[in-house]
Amino acid sequence: MTLEILLQTLASGVLIGLIYSLVAIGLTMIFGVMDIVNFAHGEFLMLGMYASFWMFSLYGLDPLLTMPLTMLLLFAFGVLLYSVVIRRIIDAPMLSQIFATFGLMLLLRGVAQFLWKPDFRSVENSWVSGSFKFAGLQLGTPQLVAGIGAVVITAAVYLFLHHTKVGAALEATAADKEAARLMGIDSNRMFALAWGLGAACAGAAGVLLSTFFPIFPEVGATFILLAFVVVNLGGFGSVTGAFWGGIIVGVTEVMGGLLIGPQYKMAIVLTLFLAVLMFRPQGLMGKA
Amino acid sequence: MSMKNVYFISRCFAPHSARGNSTVSSLVLCAAILIALLIPFVVSSPSHLNLAVLVLMAAQLGVAWNILGGYAGQVSLGHAAFYGLGAYASTLLVLKFGLNPWICMLAGGLVAAVVSLGFGWSCLRLKGHYFAMATIAVAEILQIVFTNWDYAGAAVGLTLPMDKTGWAYLVFSDKTPYYWLALGLLAVTLLANVAIERSYLGYYLRAIKDEPDAARSIGVDISKYKQIALSISAFFTALGGSLYAQKELYIDPASVLSTSMSIKMALVSILGGVGTLFGPVVGAVVLTSIEEVTRASFGGSGRGTDLIIYAGLIVVIAVFYPSGLLGWWRARVERSRANLALGSKPAETHQKGAR
Repeated sequence: MTLEILLQTLASGVLIGLIYSLVAIGLTMIFGVMDIVNFAHGEFLMLGMYASFWMFSLYGLDPLLTMPLTMLLLFAFGVLLYSVVIRRIIDAPMLSQIFATFGLMLLLRGVAQFLWKPDFRSVENSWVSGSFKFAGLQLGTPQLVAGIGAVVITAAVYLFLHHTKVGAALEATAADKEAARLMGIDSNRMFALAWGLGAACAGAAGVLLSTFFPIFPEVGATFILLAFVVVNLGGFGSVTGAFWGGIIVGVTEVMGGLLIGPQYKMAIVLTLFLAVLMFRPQGLMGKA
Repeated sequence: MSMKNVYFISRCFAPHSARGNSTVSSLVLCAAILIALLIPFVVSSPSHLNLAVLVLMAAQLGVAWNILGGYAGQVSLGHAAFYGLGAYASTLLVLKFGLNPWICMLAGGLVAAVVSLGFGWSCLRLKGHYFAMATIAVAEILQIVFTNWDYAGAAVGLTLPMDKTGWAYLVFSDKTPYYWLALGLLAVTLLANVAIERSYLGYYLRAIKDEPDAARSIGVDISKYKQIALSISAFFTALGGSLYAQKELYIDPASVLSTSMSIKMALVSILGGVGTLFGPVVGAVVLTSIEEVTRASFGGSGRGTDLIIYAGLIVVIAVFYPSGLLGWWRARVERSRANLALGSKPAETHQKGAR
């Protein structure tokens, strides 16, 4: 094995890992703010992919161009889902919360299958396609653009959380719901915001993926388990943790596939995940 | 079987807490047991009898899951690991060593119980969501291993021969014997739950679930009792897996080791009522019926209509009945009883309310 192959693999691992980070950020934000694990998170990604696909095939608008609109739509959808379903189960036991979001996951998949049929679809010939050589490495343009897009959005979310008043309110709600309420923060609005942002991030990941990944109703299943691993690795509720967790998972996945065998790459990621939990039960950057 | 015997059986199953004023629940139980015993004689259509078998099998898995998830409060979303181990261990022993399926079934249960030691060692120290996610990971790893393990049929799966039928081989050409097997296994699993509920183990588990710190401070060895609950739960889940293998005569990683299987076991309990003896049974009746009926009526379209109805009902139930159907029913009964008492003797209501 040459150094070139190793570097090549490493680069593609980092690029896909950045997408995992973007999916996981919303998941970890929702968890951090309201202690709910959202099984339907992969379906936000699926909806983002379909939104981007339909706007491309019906109106010829490029996914990159329609990304802000898709994110807006997903934001609204996240808020809607929160106010119709999630708001009612905030105080329910953890089990019925799992039950509810798991039901939503199946429901959204079912609706997608009903509306758009279970076929595989793809966005052909978008602005980003093909590949190019950079410093001796052969990189796919869609993958590179997706990775850069993921970094930009992640950075924006980070800045929003740490440098705006609303972001600070969201962080405060995550840290101590009661105290935040006493300070006049409407926790209900913060929860809705977390769901909106989470859905928008996953939707953006879907848009970025849509230029090189097949689009089908169950596509969320591919990403949800990885996103869970990323969230766990980084620590539930930690955005920075999710960022690094995504890169670790992406690199582990492709490296494991290269060194041990592609059919075992998921098993390797999960083993790493269990191993980390052994030593740090609260994840790499989570609070104990 | 006389009415008196049925009544006696139902008294044995009546939960501890309900025994004070359980005439109604005993009667309901009597009726349920009678119906369960009569179904094979009344139902003639094989597909309906098959639905009944599926309900019983789902109920048994829910009851087994409930030992860990309900009583000990450890939400496992990876129980398909034990289900699959039971199915694979017994099937491999039958196929490769020609052993008696009854022994193989028991061996499958023991294999799962032994593996549960490793499962517990790696997962049980984790809390809440971390535990749930880790259990998913363990089951997924197992699924990947079996999908790539040629000796165990890899992705193609294993097929059991059906040339010899009868009780010695646990292979039958019609559904009725499977009904009795599933009913028997459910009864045994329920009895195990009753035994746990009434033993010190049951008290320890409830203490661990409700007040872990208090339990530790009075000297309850938390990890030991969680592990015991996990191993018992794994054992019975594996028996369910072996029964599935004998009934279908075919297993593959996707059917017995998938995460959706794990989640279904939890769903059955959650739907009926977690930590209650009969909750999973009620949940299995409702969930399996919905699943099979919607699949039969709408599944043919291939457009996911069955999935939409099934999932929509799950969401509705989770939102409006968060403590499960049995929990909702109990709360309703308590409330109407309290209202009745309020009309006549307010003082007594207070005592009841405080319980």
